[in-house]
Amino acid sequence: MSTSFELNGVSTTLDADPAMPLLWAIREVAGLHGTKFGCGMALCGACTVHVSGKPVRSCVMPLSAVAGKQVTTIEGLQSKQAKAVQEAWILLQVPQCGYCQSGQVMSATALLESNAEPTDADIDGAMSGNICRCATYTRIRAAIHAAAQSIKA
Amino acid sequence: MIRPSPAAASSTRRDFLKTAGSATAVALTIGFEWLGPPRRAMAAVGSPAVFAPNAFLRVGADGSVTVIAKHVEMGQGAHTGIATVLAEELDADWKQVRVESAPANAKLYANLAFGTMQGTGGSSAMANSWSQLREAGAKGRAMLLAAAAQEWKVPVSDLTVDKGVVYHAGSKRQAAFGALASRAAALPVPDNVTLKDPQDFKLIGHQCPRLDVPSKVDGSAQFTLDVALPGMLVALLKRPPLFGATVKSFDPNAASAVPGVVKVVQVPRGVAVVAKSFWAAKQGRDALSVDWDDSHAEKRSTSQMMNEYRQLAERPAASALKVGDAAAAIKSATHTVAASYEFPYLAHAPMEPLDAVVKLTAGSCEIWAGDQFQTVDQGNAAKAAGLEPQQVSIHTLFAGGSFGRRANVGSDYIVEAVSIAKAYGADGTPIKLQWTREDDIHGGLYRPMYFHKLEAGLNERKELVGWRHVIVGQSIMAGGLFEVMVKDGIDPTSVEGASTIAYKIPNIDVELSTTKNAVPVLWWRVVGSSHTTFAVEAFIDEVAHAAGKDPFAFRRDLLEHEPRMKAVLELAADKAGWNNGPMPKGKGRGIAVGEAFKTFVAQVAEVSVDDRGRVTVDRVVCAVDCGIPINPDVIAAQMEGGIGFGLGAVMYSAITLQDGRVEQDNFNSYRVLRMNEMPKIEVHIIPSGEAPTGVGEPGVAPIGPAVANAIFAATGTRVHVLPFPKSNQV
Repeated sequence: MSTSFELNGVSTTLDADPAMPLLWAIREVAGLHGTKFGCGMALCGACTVHVSGKPVRSCVMPLSAVAGKQVTTIEGLQSKQAKAVQEAWILLQVPQCGYCQSGQVMSATALLESNAEPTDADIDGAMSGNICRCATYTRIRAAIHAAAQSIKA
Repeated sequence: MIRPSPAAASSTRRDFLKTAGSATAVALTIGFEWLGPPRRAMAAVGSPAVFAPNAFLRVGADGSVTVIAKHVEMGQGAHTGIATVLAEELDADWKQVRVESAPANAKLYANLAFGTMQGTGGSSAMANSWSQLREAGAKGRAMLLAAAAQEWKVPVSDLTVDKGVVYHAGSKRQAAFGALASRAAALPVPDNVTLKDPQDFKLIGHQCPRLDVPSKVDGSAQFTLDVALPGMLVALLKRPPLFGATVKSFDPNAASAVPGVVKVVQVPRGVAVVAKSFWAAKQGRDALSVDWDDSHAEKRSTSQMMNEYRQLAERPAASALKVGDAAAAIKSATHTVAASYEFPYLAHAPMEPLDAVVKLTAGSCEIWAGDQFQTVDQGNAAKAAGLEPQQVSIHTLFAGGSFGRRANVGSDYIVEAVSIAKAYGADGTPIKLQWTREDDIHGGLYRPMYFHKLEAGLNERKELVGWRHVIVGQSIMAGGLFEVMVKDGIDPTSVEGASTIAYKIPNIDVELSTTKNAVPVLWWRVVGSSHTTFAVEAFIDEVAHAAGKDPFAFRRDLLEHEPRMKAVLELAADKAGWNNGPMPKGKGRGIAVGEAFKTFVAQVAEVSVDDRGRVTVDRVVCAVDCGIPINPDVIAAQMEGGIGFGLGAVMYSAITLQDGRVEQDNFNSYRVLRMNEMPKIEVHIIPSGEAPTGVGEPGVAPIGPAVANAIFAATGTRVHVLPFPKSNQV
């Protein structure tokens, strides 16, 4: 059984169980390893990707649900918001172990793509589903504000 | 010039690790040959580098400087710290520096704080590497200088080095390290080198960007999860639902019928489903039915165990510290204070669930893992595979967090992976063992549950004259490789932070009652101080209140003989505005201080408590003294992260058992800190010329009591049971 969709801007057909979570289809079938497995229940955000521009937890979304849609992973980030987020993440030295950071970057990018100047409350709302056990949260917050400023400037 | 000694762990910890290391070496007898002196520099096998003067450094013809890290990078910044120290003495250009993980080789890469075994823990990476890596870098520099002097026929003393380039001012000649590398490689390694005066440091104490950050921002960093080898299979293991239960029988048919499942095999820890993908292995495991023999399993509930602990606290126990006569001092005191504190089991819950890839043949075992305990893991893997330790090789990858979990004497996840590969047929098929989050939360090796009982006596002048502290809980080191460290009934990791209490008190009794049950336990970030610092710092606050004294001033007056601890306490109080008058209604400020692994940390927490009792931690001011600050920004990051890690634990986290069954499954029931709960944090680092100590763990210890003391200041209510009551949660 195969599912066709656009993966990082490229038309892709994956031959896999349509019930397989998108996370494992991306990782083990498409071979893109930036998206991480953390909980398998949409509780930690490590597997966050964009489907039609919106952040989703790929660990609970079946492959069949993205048929015909646009899926973007950390490897396919292109927008100016994404670049600003990644630059701010480096400037403010956000990552520690780094395992959750693909998901953090995906959630932060989606936030800035829909909200050019998020408040602290907006950041809490958009980012509280992304757990970081190293607790890099203060730097994530600062980096989102810095990315917003750099886009504005 | 500073010539610091390499040892830096706290004395009990240091002695433990040294002894433990020796015990390990004897137990594992790994045979690697020293490159005995006199020796010539040699290129590492399989490396394009032309100059490798020692086990820690390679310089390529392209000028690249590769530092070989003997410590795992699990978020704590060890790779960057290690590279900073070596690159400093080498005078390398930071832009040219990269890091590679060392292979498992205890002779070359032992943790000097552990003695003779390779591994990472106890916040020891920088402390034990400091002198070793400075010397390694300085020797490389001396040889590159000698090569330039030889080529240009000028005295070495006329040469200077800056950012990877050697200069001769007189003749205006210059050469990059890469151009000098092959000539340097032919020179003898000097026996002695002069290390830099710290005043001349260009990298240490400055901001070297973390070397691992770019790859962790674009998704290219390689974790064990990301290992993909040709023909690799994925295994999930079904483990017993109760600690101590074993497999009675199982029916592989339903699992085998799942498309993609290749084999179902029994191993000592359970029954494994080996499949072509994670999804197939997961479905196969869900379909697998196993009958368990739970006749020897732990079937008690944690509430029942805690009741037993409370009773044990009333009985005589082993003495961990005895100064004067605390019982008599408290009996004759004019005022007494008493309190007890209860601490739950805690899971480490690193973001990357445990995983390991094993490629096993009849004569070799190759392992890929975020490995934290290479020598122990090599020995345990060899035993499980039926091989010799030197037939086991380990590729250490980035670990997606650990907090102690990946360093355990049984090498649980490594041994599982090797056992599965062996049961599968040991035919060289790479097999990745993947834990799920539920496996992790149910999987044991928790921070032990503890009960603490404290009593204190004040004299008529309200001076603290007696202190009695009884700790009840399981031993981390009993019954394993580190059993030798348990002396006279005292496991130092159960009492550190309490038996090392810094306050000047004339009569002190610290006792330990060690319990036994089948729940496996392990060190968890900051180890004993994860509970002892809470008990000591929450209780000293109660004593200060009983004495009618300011909690900061009361502590400070008992720390006159401990200048470094006193200095962090004063700095944190000063920066937090401790003496700027009272907080508004509904807000409170609390303070706590502690020492762990010879690093001193004080924190002041500010909280808001609303009219329903819900607590928000608004701000934390942290002061730290970790000796010479190697990477100030990494130190700040570790304090921030340690505060968040510790805060989540005291506010939300607990592993509980009901009739032996773990009641939590995933991040919905095992709550950890999230973005909206993270306070604002300021970190202040004490300038120091002392040898560097670690920063990965010590920031975790004071936050719990600082917040508990702040809640008291805001509400008049003390916290005696962790995690905080649900009524405090927003």
